[in-house]
Amino acid sequence: MIGLTVVTAIALVLSFLTDRGKTLAGLKKGAAMFLNILPALLNVLILVSVFLYAVPTHLLTDWLGRGTGWAGIASAALLGSISLIPGFIAFPLGAILVRSGVSYQVLAVFVTTLMMVGILTLPLEAKYFGWKVSILRNALSFFGALLVGLLMGIFL
Amino acid sequence: MKSKAIAAMKKYGFILLFVIFIAVSLLKSFPAGREIGKNFRMFFLEMILILPLMFILIGLFDVWVPREKIARHVGPGSGSWGIFWVILLAMLQAGPLYASFPVAALLWKKGCSVRNVFVYLGAFTTLKIPMLAFEIGFLGLKFSLLRALFSLPVFIGIGYLLALVLKNRNFAVKEPG
Repeated sequence: MIGLTVVTAIALVLSFLTDRGKTLAGLKKGAAMFLNILPALLNVLILVSVFLYAVPTHLLTDWLGRGTGWAGIASAALLGSISLIPGFIAFPLGAILVRSGVSYQVLAVFVTTLMMVGILTLPLEAKYFGWKVSILRNALSFFGALLVGLLMGIFL
Repeated sequence: MKSKAIAAMKKYGFILLFVIFIAVSLLKSFPAGREIGKNFRMFFLEMILILPLMFILIGLFDVWVPREKIARHVGPGSGSWGIFWVILLAMLQAGPLYASFPVAALLWKKGCSVRNVFVYLGAFTTLKIPMLAFEIGFLGLKFSLLRALFSLPVFIGIGYLLALVLKNRNFAVKEPG
């Protein structure tokens, strides 16, 4: 966060000192891109907020904690794919899960699907890549994440 | 005129409904609405702290960096070095998955190959350094190291696979608008 701010500030100052017109053109382009995507982005954020209310983190812990064996792995993969939880919540949650007895394999599958698959963000992804490609990418990532999670389970 | 209004409703209708819902919930102390509003505030803050800065960088990058330069390093025929560069770029970034889409669109516009666009997305989801630091802190070095190690060949493979599938299909990353 601080890094991004510093980098942006330096880039902006350097650009402005070198060529004012070009800098303004770049800022205009960036602003237009941001405003174009903002409505779709807000829609996704609303979806995500409602989802997190419907499936709060304590319920998530409960579901993941109860599941064992393949049922546990399946529910972890499903929950991980649908959820969009920022890292600053997901990782502490993962630490709690392990302490409450969830197997590393289930945790690994949850974390990898959480990162690599984004079902709720599909409408946004489709705006850039089209629906077919977005669905294909997420499907491939789902199996990839499952594979990574299962492999990790062997070594953890 | 009428079709314009319908288009605007399609674009902003859901947001408008949500704003009304939250406003009523706050006035009537409706707990579900307040809870959802609190969630939205968190996600909105995460977005608004990162994306505007990113789009400033994207805009500046767009006007300053010539297409030939990017195409040569990460374009078709850039080989393993192309993969290396897009992974490095992704690792230096932060933010949720959707923050990677505009960058992918920019890379594409500047001549990045299909494979490298998807390798970039894969690296963004799994190898961002700020996220790794956080993950190591909570889940341990072994967990993160194993995850990174296994993810790397998987998302590179997905990049190759998608490039193969999309070959000769007029695939393009669009700029929404």
